[in-house]
Amino acid sequence: MAAEGHAIDALGQFQLHTVGSFVGASVNFTQANLMMVLAAGVVLAVLHYGARPRAVVPGRLQALAELSYNFIYQMCTDQIGEEGKRFFPLVFALFFFILIGNLVGVWPYAFTFTSHIATTLALAALVMVLTTTVALRLHGWKFFSYFVPSGVPKVLLPLLVPIEILSYLSRLVSLSVRLFANMMAGHVMLEVFGAFIVMLAAAGVFWAPAALSFAVDVALIGFEILVAALQAYVFAVLTCIYLHDAVHLH
Amino acid sequence: MSEGEHGGGSFDDRLQAARRRQGLDARSLEQSGGGGGFGSSALGIGLRVGVELVSALAVAVAIGWWLDKRLHTSPVLLSLFVLLGGAAGVLNVWRLMGPGRASSGGTTKLTGRPRGGPAGKGCDSGG
Repeated sequence: MAAEGHAIDALGQFQLHTVGSFVGASVNFTQANLMMVLAAGVVLAVLHYGARPRAVVPGRLQALAELSYNFIYQMCTDQIGEEGKRFFPLVFALFFFILIGNLVGVWPYAFTFTSHIATTLALAALVMVLTTTVALRLHGWKFFSYFVPSGVPKVLLPLLVPIEILSYLSRLVSLSVRLFANMMAGHVMLEVFGAFIVMLAAAGVFWAPAALSFAVDVALIGFEILVAALQAYVFAVLTCIYLHDAVHLH
Repeated sequence: MSEGEHGGGSFDDRLQAARRRQGLDARSLEQSGGGGGFGSSALGIGLRVGVELVSALAVAVAIGWWLDKRLHTSPVLLSLFVLLGGAAGVLNVWRLMGPGRASSGGTTKLTGRPRGGPAGKGCDSGG
């Protein structure tokens, strides 16, 4: 599918199609939805089976569950403060949903649902609506003082307040585009170099160029795993920072 | 606090110290650049700054274009919002990289710099 007719179709991999025969087709259940269910299932399964032994000295699976719990718990309390405990379930769910989605997407034949702007924009919109709601609930009308920078001459305020508001709104775009662009770019690169292998091997001149593309693809897979973890982490940390701003204002 | 095995302090303190020695402490990992290390590569910083710049501009252009369409003031508000959006983008980058918020935590971990920002640099050069 990648190298048909001497053209590289790098974006075809992101096309959605329904799965699950006619049942899936009738409710528009695409492979992205399937991967989301899978990612959520993996997270729930690890937590369920990890928490079940309740051993004082944890086994491997329990240690994994406990370490991931502690990791996010620490992130919440470090970044948000004591109030961060209230947002722990949200940050935990976001981080591991994105992380597993990114990691499973590296698997051959799998689909990365975070490579669609629709998914990441929905996640970012969730974060934005939540942080704004939290800020409004906690601070009421004082929330709007967030857009008024302190220690600035009053003459400049008509200029600076719109800039602050735009900066606040741009979080929605930057949060979603960062994750989406990283995941999509990585998979396009994988596809392009994968197509190089097929095309160069089919051309049959030398094996060396094809082997070189193969080596690049192997390196890219490793890089992709790194990016998968890093982007999930960045998304979670930024969620925490925005929540910190919402709770504390400034 | 003393580093000794039998040093004073509560169990939590000793556990924290032991975790730090073993490199298991999330906070010291991040501060040493282990956690945010990949993020502070040139490519990572470039991508992040680019996204911050462009996203503010994109939001501003969208708002300006929409307002123009609603109010029939064709190019006026769009051109105004492009300028505001560019400024907001620079503000985003300043928040990300600038020294202002470095002491209050938050963005320090993303930029991969040690806590304290300019003050920390001063200490390094002084000592």
